[in-house]
Amino acid sequence: MREVDLSIVGAGPAGLAAAIEGAKRGCSTVALDMNPRPGGQLIKQIHKFFGSREHHAGTRGIEIADTLLHEAESAGVEVLIGAEVYAIHDSILEVAQTFGGDSPPPLSGGATTSQSRPLSIEARQIVLATGGAENALNFPGWTLPGVMGAGAAQTMSNVWRVLPGERVLMVGAGNVGLIVSYQLLQAGAEIVAVIEAAPRIGGYGVHAAKIRRAGVPILTSHTVVRASGESRVEQAVIAKVDASWGTVPGSEEELDVDTICIAVGLRPNARLASLAGCKFDYSPSLGGWVPIHNTRMHTTVPGIYLAGDLSGIEEASTALEEGRLAGICAASSLSKGHVGDSEEIEAIEERLLSLRSGPFCQRLQDAKQKLIEIGEAQCPKE
Amino acid sequence: MRVVNHPILGDLSPAREVKIYVDGKEIYAREGEPIAAAIAATGIRIYRYTAKQEEPRGVFCGIGQCTDCVMVVNGVPNVRTCITPVAEGMTVETQHGAGRGER
Repeated sequence: MREVDLSIVGAGPAGLAAAIEGAKRGCSTVALDMNPRPGGQLIKQIHKFFGSREHHAGTRGIEIADTLLHEAESAGVEVLIGAEVYAIHDSILEVAQTFGGDSPPPLSGGATTSQSRPLSIEARQIVLATGGAENALNFPGWTLPGVMGAGAAQTMSNVWRVLPGERVLMVGAGNVGLIVSYQLLQAGAEIVAVIEAAPRIGGYGVHAAKIRRAGVPILTSHTVVRASGESRVEQAVIAKVDASWGTVPGSEEELDVDTICIAVGLRPNARLASLAGCKFDYSPSLGGWVPIHNTRMHTTVPGIYLAGDLSGIEEASTALEEGRLAGICAASSLSKGHVGDSEEIEAIEERLLSLRSGPFCQRLQDAKQKLIEIGEAQCPKE
Repeated sequence: MRVVNHPILGDLSPAREVKIYVDGKEIYAREGEPIAAAIAATGIRIYRYTAKQEEPRGVFCGIGQCTDCVMVVNGVPNVRTCITPVAEGMTVETQHGAGRGER
């Protein structure tokens, strides 16, 4: 059994930020990530971030990931990759490490679950930063190979440099759908169309303009009716949507595509939080069932904090701030806080407030506020 | 298809080649990449067939969450190919059902 002060589950922006703050305050800190590369979804975000300079505006996500990993390393954080937490009880994390670290290569190097190395970690404080998961969309043919999450296509193309398809239909014109469409164009794919069931484009105008300039049609009030093909996607049928979200008879159109990307939102990836016994609240604006937490990012379970998309779907910049907050608060509960932490916490809260301001964020800000109010009543106080 | 040239990421940097066997066929992967990427680069889209209806499945989430891309790797079924790196000499087979030989 390994014993550490602080264990972080998920080494994306939220988890790395929490780990850095914890380690800087003298906590022995281990960050666990099941993926082959740490950095979460930042490692596929090749676009520049918006906002102010303190939120990395003008910097690409991939560069932010590098910076965070360097900071984590110099702060003394141990980052374990290929490390999946499959159980959590009391303050113990059960981990299967399938590759990475000093785990022996099983068989001829094949990393598989059955050959994984078990590892138990007892952590005095835990921060869950397990991120989000893409929502699926069910339509006839949605299980055919070639139908995939927009994030999956983005990972394949930007991280692993493999084009997932050549002729793509993008379903959803929120920021993810628009940005991934542009990035698939950059990687050499053709985007046959971006369709959006709502009557308006959900994402920022600047992202929509970029793909329109490239000649990609964005069809609002359109949905995908079915995908067809022998054993992989060969066609997609789309149709117009009326005011009551029904398809308009006779408006069907067949598109020759080999890939259909689904970009219809994300939800908190909350399985581990659920296993840990965290209480949840349902909040559509935050992506569905969200673990209840207070202003200090503490869940309803003593010693378990959370940050990032797990605490409600937002942006990488908010994930970073929440991670910092969780890391500072977890360290301070171990009496390892720094002088000046309360000012630091106030500054983070102010930055979070400014990130959540603006007309796009009002509903989200309200939802987060409501969740935190529940948390203030239900979560343990330090 | 490999993304060889990229306006932001630049040209694909050279990587050590790793030989793996996919359904008995030799393919060359890039060291460090997951099995799913190496397979997709060759144009393969079907990773497994479901148990009851024998329907084809491929990569869906790409980050280890959905288990649609599981295959039989070195004889072990249900390996999530999207988060499992390739290794020299690895055998990868299309999985049928639970991957224990039954159809």
